[in-house]
Amino acid sequence: MDTKKIHSVTAIFDTPDDIIMASQETVKAGYTKFDTNTPYPVHGIEKAMNIGTSYLGYFTLFLGLSGAAFAFAFIYWVAAIDYPLIIGGKPFFSWPAFIPVTFEVTVLSAAVGTVGVLIAGLFKFPNNSHTLHDTDYMKKVSSDKFGVCIVSIDPMFDEAKAKSFLQGIGGKDIETIYEPERKTINAFEPKFIMGLILIALLTAGATYFALNKLVFMQPFTWMAEQNKLVPQSKNVMFGDGYGMRTPVEGTVARGFTPYEFKGMSDSAVKNLSNPLPVSKQVLAKGKEKFDSYCSPCHGYYGKGDSRMNGQFPNPPSLHSDKVTNWTDGNVYHVIVNGQNVMPSYAKQLSKDERWSIIRYIRVLQRSQNAKDSDVEGK
Amino acid sequence: MIYEKKELPGKVQKIGFLLTGLGLVLVLVSYLVDPKREAFNNVIGLMFFASIALGALVLVALEYLSGAVWSTPFRRISEFIASSLPLVLLFAVPLFFAMHSIFHWTHTDVVSADKILSAKTPYLNIPFFIGRTVGVLALFYIFYLLFRRNSKKQDETKDQKLTKTNVNLSAVFMFFAGIGLTVLVVDWVMSLEPHWFSTILGIYFISATLLAGLAATTYAAVSLNEGGYLGVKVGKDNYYSFGALLFAITNFWAYVAFSQFLLIWYANIPEETFWFIARWEGGWKYISILLMIIRFAVPYAMLLSQPSKSDPKNLKRVSIVILAAHFFDLYWLIMPTFSKTITFSFYEIGFPVLVIGLIVLVFYAQAKKNNILPVGDPKLQRGLDFHL
Repeated sequence: MDTKKIHSVTAIFDTPDDIIMASQETVKAGYTKFDTNTPYPVHGIEKAMNIGTSYLGYFTLFLGLSGAAFAFAFIYWVAAIDYPLIIGGKPFFSWPAFIPVTFEVTVLSAAVGTVGVLIAGLFKFPNNSHTLHDTDYMKKVSSDKFGVCIVSIDPMFDEAKAKSFLQGIGGKDIETIYEPERKTINAFEPKFIMGLILIALLTAGATYFALNKLVFMQPFTWMAEQNKLVPQSKNVMFGDGYGMRTPVEGTVARGFTPYEFKGMSDSAVKNLSNPLPVSKQVLAKGKEKFDSYCSPCHGYYGKGDSRMNGQFPNPPSLHSDKVTNWTDGNVYHVIVNGQNVMPSYAKQLSKDERWSIIRYIRVLQRSQNAKDSDVEGK
Repeated sequence: MIYEKKELPGKVQKIGFLLTGLGLVLVLVSYLVDPKREAFNNVIGLMFFASIALGALVLVALEYLSGAVWSTPFRRISEFIASSLPLVLLFAVPLFFAMHSIFHWTHTDVVSADKILSAKTPYLNIPFFIGRTVGVLALFYIFYLLFRRNSKKQDETKDQKLTKTNVNLSAVFMFFAGIGLTVLVVDWVMSLEPHWFSTILGIYFISATLLAGLAATTYAAVSLNEGGYLGVKVGKDNYYSFGALLFAITNFWAYVAFSQFLLIWYANIPEETFWFIARWEGGWKYISILLMIIRFAVPYAMLLSQPSKSDPKNLKRVSIVILAAHFFDLYWLIMPTFSKTITFSFYEIGFPVLVIGLIVLVFYAQAKKNNILPVGDPKLQRGLDFHL
C-alpha cells in the first residue's frame, strides 16, 4: 500500500449546511486544492469554497444571443433576400413571423452550447476515469451525502494533518483515496484494431442502409407517395388516363390578346394605327426584332436580298410603292397573318414587337428614298 | 420556534392614509370634470385592484397545491393583500351605474341594428353582467374566508389536518380561479369592443394577475423581512425563489402576449386586427412599445443574473417596475376604446394611487390583528430553513 500514490483525503457530511460550513473551514485552514461533491447543486457553495462565480453563465448568455442573432439574420436572408416569396400578403421582412423560430434557436443553442462548454471546457473532456469514480466516497455523495475532498496536489497537504483537520470539523467516514495503477494500452493490440474495424463496418453498413434502403421504405415514403395529379404521367382519375388537361376552349394565356382581324381581308385593318411613339427605344427594339425575324428573307435593308440561298423564294422589296403606301395597319395584318409564302409571325412576335418593327420599316423606307432636305446643313 | 409579534411602524398607516386621501381627491375631481373618462379609468382601477388581490389569493392556493415550503413564511402577506377583496367590489359599484357610457352593447338601438351584437345579447346584458361580476368576486371572497379561517385556526391549534383541508380547497379554488378571472377580463376588457374576440385574453389576464399579486407580495415580504418584522430572518434562498418566480411569470406573460399578437397579425382578419390597429395608431404605439420594454425587457434584464434574483433591493425595485407596467398594460387594454389618440394626465393617476393606498391600509390593519407568520403551519420551520 505504501507504494501507491495518494490522490486525496475525503470526509462525509450530512446536510447542505454542514458542507457549506466545512468548505468555509477548509478555506480558513489554508487549503486551496480541494473540492466538494454534493448530490445536487448547493446554492452558495462557490462562495463558501472561495472559488468565485462560475463563468458558465456568460457562455450561456453569449451562445443564446448569438443563436438569436444567427436565426433572425438567417430567416431574414432566406425570406427577404435569397428566396423572397409573398406569404399571406405580408412584406418579405415580416419580423413577427421570425420570432418563434428565433426563440427556439436561442433556447436550443444556449442549452446545447452550455452542455458542450461544460463537457469540453469545464469537465476537461475526454476525462472518463477520474480517480474518485468507483469509490465508496463517490457512491455516498452521489446519493444523499455531502463530501469534502482535499487533493494531494495542495501545497500544504499532509495525510495525517488533513485527516485530523477533517475529523475536527465534524467529518465522518474519513478515507484516503489512492491513485489506481494505470495500465498502458497498446494501440496496435489486435483486439483494439478489430474493434475499430468492426465499428467502421457497422457505421458504414448502417449509413448505407439508412440512406439507400430505409428512406425508400414505408412509412418514410408516405410524403412522396401522394394521391395527386402529376403532369406528364399516367393518372387514373380521368377517363383518358392523362394527368394534364387541355384548357377550356377559348382560354387565353396571361398577357395575351387575341388578334381580332384574323383571316379577314386587308381592307378591314387599314385604319389600325400604330400605338407606339417614334422613339429611340422603339426603333432599337424594332431593329433588333427585324434583324432576327425579317432580315433572313427581306434582307437587312428590306431590299428583298435574302440570305436563304434560294432555299426559299425571295420576297419583293419593301421599298416598292405598294408597300410604302400601305398603312401601318396593313403591314401589321401581314405580319400577323402572313401573305403568299410568308407565314404568320404571330407566335414569334408579341404585339409591341410587331408595332416596333413597323416603325423600323418606315425608317428603312425613308433611308432608301431620302430627300435632300433630310441631310443636315442643306 | 417562538414567534414574537412586532407591530408595523405607524408610518405605514400614514402613507396608506396619504395615498388613499390623495387618490380619493383625484378620483372625485376627475369624476366631476369628465365623468365618462373617469369611468374608463374606474375600469382600469377595478382591474388593477382585482388583479393584485386575486393574484395574491391565487398564490396562496398555489403554495398549498404545489406543497411549496419557501413561501410559507410569507403566506400571511399574500393573505393580507387578498383580504382587500370586498373593496374590489366597491370599485365596481359606480361602474354599474355608468355602464351606459362605457359599453356600447348596453345601447338597445345599437344592438338591434347590429346582427352580431344581437346574437350576443343572451350573454351581454346588464343583469347577467352585474350578476357575473358580483358572483365571481363573491365566490373568490368566500374561498378567501375559508382559507383564512383554517389558517387562523391553525395558529392556535397547530392542527396539521387543516393544511390538508386547505390543499383540497385550493384544488377546487384553482378551477374556479381560472374561469372567474377569464370571466372578469372578458366582461370588463373584451366587451369594451364587443365585436372583438381573442380566446387567449383570459390567459393573458391570468398571467398578468399572477405577476401583479406576486410583485405586491414580493415587495411587502422583502420590506418586512429586511425591517425584521417577521420576527425571524428569512434567508436568501427564499428571496431567490421570489426572483425566479417573478422571472418565470414575466416570461410567461411575454409568451402569451406575443402569441396573441402573432396569431391575429398572421391571420390578418379585419374583425380581429382592428383591435391591434387601434393600439398602434393615434400615438398608442408608444404605449405598445413601452409595454414591451417595461413589462418584459426591463424585468427580464433586472432578474436575469443569479445574484440579482436574491438581492432584496433589486427585488423591491423590480416589483415596483412590474406593478407600474401592469398598470400601463391595463391602460393599454382599456383606454383606446375611450380615445383614438393617446391621452394621459391627472385623470389616470387617481385610481392606481387610491388602490395602492387602500391595499396599504388594509395590509396595516390586518397585520395589526393577526400574526405575520403562520405560526401553526407545519411547513413553517422547513420554510425558514429553506435551501435551494
